[in-house]
Parts: sequence; C-alpha cells; structure tokens
Amino acid sequence: MLFYSYFKTLKGKEVTVELKNDLAITGTMHSVDQYLNIKLNNTRVVNEQKYPHMMSVRNCFIRGSVVRYVQLPPGSVDTEILHDATRREARGG
Amino acid sequence: MSEAGLADLVGVTISVITNDGRNIVGTLKGYDQATNVILDDCHERVYSTKTGVEQLVLGLYVIRGDNIAVVGEVDDELDSQIDLGQISAAPLKPLAH
Repeated sequence: MLFYSYFKTLKGKEVTVELKNDLAITGTMHSVDQYLNIKLNNTRVVNEQKYPHMMSVRNCFIRGSVVRYVQLPPGSVDTEILHDATRREARGG
Repeated sequence: MSEAGLADLVGVTISVITNDGRNIVGTLKGYDQATNVILDDCHERVYSTKTGVEQLVLGLYVIRGDNIAVVGEVDDELDSQIDLGQISAAPLKPLAH
C-alpha cells in the first residue's frame, strides 16, 4: 500500500507513464487505485507522429499491469521519507 | 472524472488498446473491478504503414480486463476532425513483460 499512498501524493502533477508496449503518455495525474491503475487528464502521446493511435484521446485510464515506468516531476519525491517508510513496512509496521 | 474506475465513462465513446496492440473503439456499456469491459457498436481501427486506417465493424464485444492496456475517453469533436483514411502508422507493438 506504500506506493499507492505515494502515487496519491502526485495527484495534479504532470507525469509521463511509459507502457510495456513502448507507448509513453504524458498527462496530469488524476487518480490512482489499489491496483496502481492510473487515470491521466489532458494527455498527449510522446512522439505522436509514430503513435497516432490516441490522437482523439485527452483523458485516459491506464491499467496498472501494463505500466513499465512512471516518470516523475523533478523534486516530487522525498527519497529520505520513502526510504524510511519502506524500511518500516519491511519490518512489519 | 471521478476517483479511480471507469464509472464516468459509461455511455461514452472509448478507445481500448489491447495487450496485443489492437485498437477497438465503441460505447462503454459496462465494466467491473477487473477492467473487463462491455463495448457496444464497436469497430477496430487497423493501422498499417501501407494504407490509411481501416475500420472493421465488430458489433457488441466483451473484452477481458487481463487483455486491456489503456482505456481512453474519445473526444468526439476531435475524432470527427481526423481523416483516418489519411493516417498511416505501424500498428502498436504487443506488450512485452
């Protein structure tokens, strides 16, 4: 649940989600759920020339299972806090 | 859009990209927590580098969630401005885990 909580803090931020089919979608993080499915608003596909498949899509739902990377805005992650939290979770509480 | 889930897309035209790289466009009739989806009046848009986009009529489809990568809300106005016959691109690659 830790990364679910972390992704929730990114709401409203601009992220780029790279999928396992090499498609990369940039948009504003709208919401995330327990499966790490991500909803983006105001989306654009990176390299639209090569990938015109989503030209008429401006809001989308990305299934968590197909996400390869989430590229974060600079400064949006406090690694110290995340380190501590992951260690705490690994110890079981 | 509401919180996670597809609730606010019911009744709306959506574009589904499947794990094998197909693109299916239709009206969302229903969905569940596994992202299984019911699409009405749907068609497949077949991309190719040789010709423009071809549209194949499919009708009513149920797509299993396991096989879904992206569900996009189609902006009907933007979509009507696009001349699909003039668009040529390689099909999307299938998912590679």
